Amino acid sequence: MMAKEQDGCVQAAAGPIDQGAASESGAPAAPASRMPIVARVGGEAPDFEASGYVAGSGFKNIKLSDYRGKWVLLCFYPGDFTFV
Amino acid sequence: MAAVAASHGELVELGVQVLSMSTDSRFIHKIWNEAELSKMVDGGIPFPMLSDAGGRVGRVYGVYEEAAGVNIRGRFLIDPDGVIQAMEVLTPAVGRHVGETIRQLKAFQHVRETGEATPSGWQPGKKTLKPGPELVGRVWEVWKPGQED
Repeated sequence: MMAKEQDGCVQAAAGPIDQGAASESGAPAAPASRMPIVARVGGEAPDFEASGYVAGSGFKNIKLSDYRGKWVLLCFYPGDFTFV
Repeated sequence: MAAVAASHGELVELGVQVLSMSTDSRFIHKIWNEAELSKMVDGGIPFPMLSDAGGRVGRVYGVYEEAAGVNIRGRFLIDPDGVIQAMEVLTPAVGRHVGETIRQLKAFQHVRETGEATPSGWQPGKKTLKPGPELVGRVWEVWKPGQED
């Protein structure tokens, strides 16, 4: 059963989390639009927080780093209701 | 995503957490799952469907396409230490092959456990390679294409 929860029209989520900027200078993370592509094999997966839908439990924000200690398969795709 | 959902049982057995992500809102994910995906796969999508509003996450993963405002197909295998072990990025018209993703997962898990290397096309139970000075120039003695047993 979907939990009967309050949910606004807009749910903010941090998006990409620029750990380098935060930990090295103490300054706020750069806007995401200015963050470079940092994903590469052998490198750390860029952490992020995103709002999400989980069937059976509802809406919640999820961070990639919540799953540290497990293998993660992260799949991007162009959009819901697309054909492939 | 339905194909990944159909293989979810095997992925769970391998200890894998699946996350899907597109620029659609969480509301659209809910309706897509209810209206269509749950009719393709029993029970619908069993993993979190994430929203990447504005493609902010896709940008740092190198999969955001500015012209269309969407993330193209990108698949990332991330190990328990948070390190990307594999990535595959496809333009939109060609779908992924979940079987190859699972094969790579098993190979990366084997390598992580044993320190061995797995040759081209390796499947669990098949021959592995033990890299070291004595193997240099002698791979032909232990492995040839088409004779993976």
